[in-house]
This record gives sequence, C-alpha cells and structure tokens, in this order.
Amino acid sequence: MFKILKKEYLANNIWLMDVEAPRVAKSCQPGQFVIVKMDEKGERIPLTVCDYDREKGIVTIVFQKVGASTNEMAEYEVGETFMDFVGPLGCASELLDLTEEELKKEKLLFVCGGVGTAPVYPQVKWMKEHGIDVDVIIGARTKDILILEDAMRDIAANLYIATDDGSYGFKGNVCDQINELVKNQGKEYTRVIAIGPMIMMKFVAQLTKELKIPTIVSMNPIMVDGTGMCGACRLQVGDEIKFACVDGPEFNGHLVDFDQAMQRQRMYQSEEGRAVLRQQEGDTHHGGCGNCNG
Amino acid sequence: MEVDVLKRVPVREQEPKVRAANFEEVCLGYNKEEAMAEAARCIQCKNPQCVKGCPVNIDIPGFIGELKEGKVEEAYQVISKFSALPAVCGRVCPQESQCEAKCIRGIKGDAVSIGKLERFTADAAREAGIKPVKAETMNGKKVAVIGSGPAGLTCAGDLAKLGYDVTIFEALHKAGGVLSYGIPEFRLPKTEVVDAEVENVKSLGVKIETNVVIGKAITIDELLNEEGFDAVFIGSGAGLPKFMGIPGENANGVFSANEYLTRSNLMKAFDDSYATPIAAGSKVAVVGGGNVAMDAARTALRLGADVHIVYRRSEEELPARVEEVHHAKEEGIIFDLLTNPTEILVDDEGNVKGMTCIRMELGEPDESGRRRPVEVAGSEFTLDVDTVIMSLGTSPNPLISSTTEGLDINRWKCIVAEEETGETSKAGVYAGGDAVTGAATVILAMGAGKAAAKGIHEFLSK
Repeated sequence: MFKILKKEYLANNIWLMDVEAPRVAKSCQPGQFVIVKMDEKGERIPLTVCDYDREKGIVTIVFQKVGASTNEMAEYEVGETFMDFVGPLGCASELLDLTEEELKKEKLLFVCGGVGTAPVYPQVKWMKEHGIDVDVIIGARTKDILILEDAMRDIAANLYIATDDGSYGFKGNVCDQINELVKNQGKEYTRVIAIGPMIMMKFVAQLTKELKIPTIVSMNPIMVDGTGMCGACRLQVGDEIKFACVDGPEFNGHLVDFDQAMQRQRMYQSEEGRAVLRQQEGDTHHGGCGNCNG
Repeated sequence: MEVDVLKRVPVREQEPKVRAANFEEVCLGYNKEEAMAEAARCIQCKNPQCVKGCPVNIDIPGFIGELKEGKVEEAYQVISKFSALPAVCGRVCPQESQCEAKCIRGIKGDAVSIGKLERFTADAAREAGIKPVKAETMNGKKVAVIGSGPAGLTCAGDLAKLGYDVTIFEALHKAGGVLSYGIPEFRLPKTEVVDAEVENVKSLGVKIETNVVIGKAITIDELLNEEGFDAVFIGSGAGLPKFMGIPGENANGVFSANEYLTRSNLMKAFDDSYATPIAAGSKVAVVGGGNVAMDAARTALRLGADVHIVYRRSEEELPARVEEVHHAKEEGIIFDLLTNPTEILVDDEGNVKGMTCIRMELGEPDESGRRRPVEVAGSEFTLDVDTVIMSLGTSPNPLISSTTEGLDINRWKCIVAEEETGETSKAGVYAGGDAVTGAATVILAMGAGKAAAKGIHEFLSK
C-alpha cells in the first residue's frame, strides 16, 4: 500500500499528490513515469513523475481529472493509500546521457502545456542542479489555469508565459511564443523539449522542423501493463513501430505520427464516456446508448 | 463404477452452447469415485515411461497408486515433492504429448488420464486444506526470484523447501505471471486455482513483492551487492508482442493477444464492476494458431463476438493443443486455415472495417520441418471484421538484459542459460522459462525453474 502524504489543488482540475513509494523514489529519473492503481478493481493509470525526494522516499505525481478513474483519484485524501504504485517505467530523458560539457554547449528550450508542465518540472530542476541554464515556455488558454508557475520561475533561466487570450504574459499560443523568441528576438536553441497535449506537441514539432531545431516530445498513449507486454501504447515513429512504455515515453518529435497517435488515444472514448455517466448518475444511469428510451 | 480398462473414464464438461456465454471453467474434472476408477487403470509399471515424459519428473505411478486407494493427502504429498503447481499443470499441461504419450496403456486403448488425476488430487487437497510441507530449518541464504510466473514460482518453491530465504519480485500488481494475465478464467480459474497455488508457495515461506520492476526500480547487481541476495533467478517471461508489419495494423480495433487477454484476465474487463474497458468487437479475427490464439478467440466469443481464427498453415500444423482446438470448434469458432492477412482495412475514423486475406497452399518443408505455406496467386478476399487480434508470439523484453552487465543474450535476444542448471554468463545469476527459450509452455518453464533451483542449490552449497 502506498500512502498519500500531501494533496494540493493546482488549477483547472489538476491535482498534485506526494506519495510514499521508497523503491520508486530511490531510482526514478526525469522523463520516467509510474503506474497507479487505486484499488482492487481500478485501472492501471500511467502518470509522469513530477518530483521525487530520494531521502524521504516520496514521489510527486500530478494528474488532471479527465475521466472516471481520475475523478475518483481526486477524491483520495491525505493518509489514504493507493493499492498499487509501480515504477519507474520507461526511459529517462536522453539529455541525462549527455556529459556535462556536452550539456553546457546546448541551449535548451522546454515548452509545456497543461498538465504536461508537471513532467517538465523535474527535467528543468535536474538541469538547474547540474548548472545548466534553460528557457521554459508555459502555455495556457487563460491565466487561471496555469500550474507550477512559481516553482518553474525558481529554476528556469527565463520563464515565458503564453496565454491564448492574452490574460497573462505573451498573447498567443506556445508556437507564437517560439516564433517570437526565435524569429523576432533572435534567440538560438539547439534543442526543444515539448510536453503537453498531443495537439500542442504536434504543432510545436511542425514548427521546430521548419526552424530545424531537434525536438523531443513525451508521448502519453493508452497503456495497460506499462512494462512492454501488451503493445497498446505502440506508435509510428518514422518507419518503425515503437512501444512508448519501454522505448519511450520520449521520442524524436519530428518522426512521431501524431495524427495516428491522437486517433489511437480515442480508442476507448465511448467506454470512458459511459463510465463517467455511470459515476455521475449512479443507479439511475442508463448507459446513454439511446436504445432503451430511458 | 464399471470401467472398460481400455477406455479412460470420461471427464464431465460444460455444454458447448452454455459455456460459450460464460467465463466458468469448461472442464469440470473428476469426482473421487471417477478418479479412483481411472487410477485403477494404471498398471504401475516397474520402469515408468510416463515419468520420463514429464518435464518435472513427477513420480506419476507413485501418486496414482495412492489415489487408487483413495488416499488424497498421500497422493498430494507425492506430487508436491516435484511440482509447486499441480492444480495448474493438471489443467494446462499438454499431457497428450508428454506423460500420457508414453503411457503403456496407450499402445492398446486410451492412455491413463494422468492430467485429470493430477488435477483431481490438487483440487481435493485444496478443498481439504492440505498444504505442502515446509522446510524444517532455514540455511540462512537469500535468493531473489524475478517474476512470479510458472518458472519463478517453481524455482522459489523448490528453494524454499531446501531452506532458502526466497523473495519473488513481480512487476505487475498481481502474482502468477501468465497464469494471471494470459490464460483465461474458463481454462484456469484465478481465485480458486491460481491464487490458491500461489498461497501454497507462500506457505513454504516464500515472500512475494509485487509492483517491483527489476531493471528499473532496482537492478540485478543491486540485488546481489546491496540487498544481500546470494543468487538471482530470472524468470521474467516472454515480453513484447509481435505484429505482422502489414498496412493498417495500428488502426483502432487491432490488438495484440497479450493486450486483449490482459484486459480480460488480469484487469477483469469482462466484469463491469472493474474499471478497465475492453473493446470486445462483434466480428473478430484472431491471427495465429497457438494456444494463445485459441484463448483470445474463446475470450472474444464469450464477450459476444463472432470469431474467426486465421492461420496460414493447415489444421495439422496448428501449434495449439488438440483439446483447445476441439473446444474452440465445439463452441462455434470458425477456422480459416491456409489463409494469411495482407492488409487491415481502415475507415475514415481510424477503425478497422475489414481485413484482406490471401489463400495459401503448402509447399516444401521449411527449416522447422513443417511444409511452408505459399500464396495462391489471385486468391485475395476480404474478411468482414471490426476487430483483429494478433497472436503471433513475442520477442524478449529488454528490461533486464539491457540493465545487467555481463549477462549474455543470443541472436534472438533471449538470455543464454545452461539447460541443466539455468546458469547464465554472470556469476550467481540463473535464468529459465520464456526469458530463455522464447514463448513456450507453462510446464517447460516449470522444468526450467526446477533445474535452476537445483543449479542454485549446488552453487550455494559449494
């Protein structure tokens, strides 16, 4: 059993939790993920690691309420336990393989959107701890749904906030902000790391391909076991099929087939919708199939 | 009970039409009277061939002799000297090509129903609360076992009986490996059989730590150097599912058999009270002809689909057990033999809308000795399906081999291990089961787990 030690509401249905998981905390690296299963009958939910404290044996996860399982997860309180919490899974960020000299030569730009800001945080923190200055863009529809702004400001060399409605920071989406930095301000980046909704990563990768900046994206497809056994998370990357759970989750953004990945992500949309209805309507739920006149 | 000594006592089964709509066990097994009658058919050979046919060399005449007298506990203790999982083996072993294939009775008449007798013994012992006998003293040495499937459970059980302090590390949330995620409920009931046999292994003193991925959370070197284990056994199983590499394979509605079965067996997606969904499909094609293909097909059938098995060779070459093929046919699964998929057809929304196949004929034998299937030109046709399940085997999981220095792998990326002892290229590290051989059977994995337990015992007794 894995105890919840802290719970905090960030914004926009996004929650942060500290979970006691010593084996995971001891070995996890930026870029990796965990799988949480709340109880006997729960799903295995893959979540990226947001932070970790090796001494205290704590792993921080951040998740957004997007369906029946994450709705239920947000009901868990401090002191309660998750039945299963496994990790770290997937490969650590490939940037960690670079030597300190190689890293010093890099000019990195991290681009994050929505709940994807969480997995960017440990990467930027790791860079900061190793004396590497990096720039970070956080994109959001509007000011109220930004998360981890202060935490990120403490560790990024330059933090740029972009809001679609202009309610805060730069007015525009993350691609507009990248254009502003690279084209108008003449900033040069050797690499972009983009983590957020698939649609955001798709457009960032399209732009950086034009700009000829190598780009890493972190994919979050549907998974079951997360250890390479089921193949549900397979992606087309260039002319190869890759499994996000063992080959990723990070890939070369210029090679990922995002349209196919987004299509595969919708695989269980109707089942998921029914599960949410069941949760909301309880015993009065009729399935919403339209066949029973209920 | 009257018995024709040339014929085996028939075993009761659920009616095909009834069972095609439920997940209850197909075979109902013998009762005590039937088991004793069947046991009486064994002629207690002085030089029993059946034992030679068993990968874990169970004293078959020994346990059948006890059973003939109605002594269930004695029979159980004979088996449990050799096998930690008799209720599993009695159900899923290919006895017809192992012990029963060698039975003298089989020369003129039916072989003794050894598998069904093993199953009865294990089930009756469990119902009577009989447990395997624990080691009297511990020897103070620690062994780590990676994976709680048949290889790992067997290796752990044997070592615990010899007095070792054994911990099994399991990556999933539940112990059992393929017994839990792979083989369906209707062939191998989870709560009554698998969980109970896992409990029996634990009652020998074996500890099981779930949710630990070796190679990620902790490496083999750390187990040996930091966690104080004297030896490690790797029984991590097969791994990554294979796909055909044909167009349309990433469409929604194409699954690996591993995914489909894991959703249904491990995550219990067939039961609405569990949160994990499964897209059951209404017209399903399962590609492949092994036991896993039969399991996937029969699961899809029970979830309400019309199911085709698509296999490129003929019935004779089907790698699945005869009993499984027979059960599948009885339940109404359609076999499209000598047929190979060439493309999965996809609609505008990315969902499967059909599968193009080509007819095959058998040519000259290939390196496996089986006649090679060759395409019949111009014989393409479309199979009307909305779901395709690929059951083409697996390739090894790189999690352990890529994080363990000094552990040799072969050209198929399987771990290299001595057959007799399980010894690998790394001192103190042993391996067996699908991680070494590639996808095989439960009993072969158990045989390898047993050999490795002996190898580890010899190594640590030096």
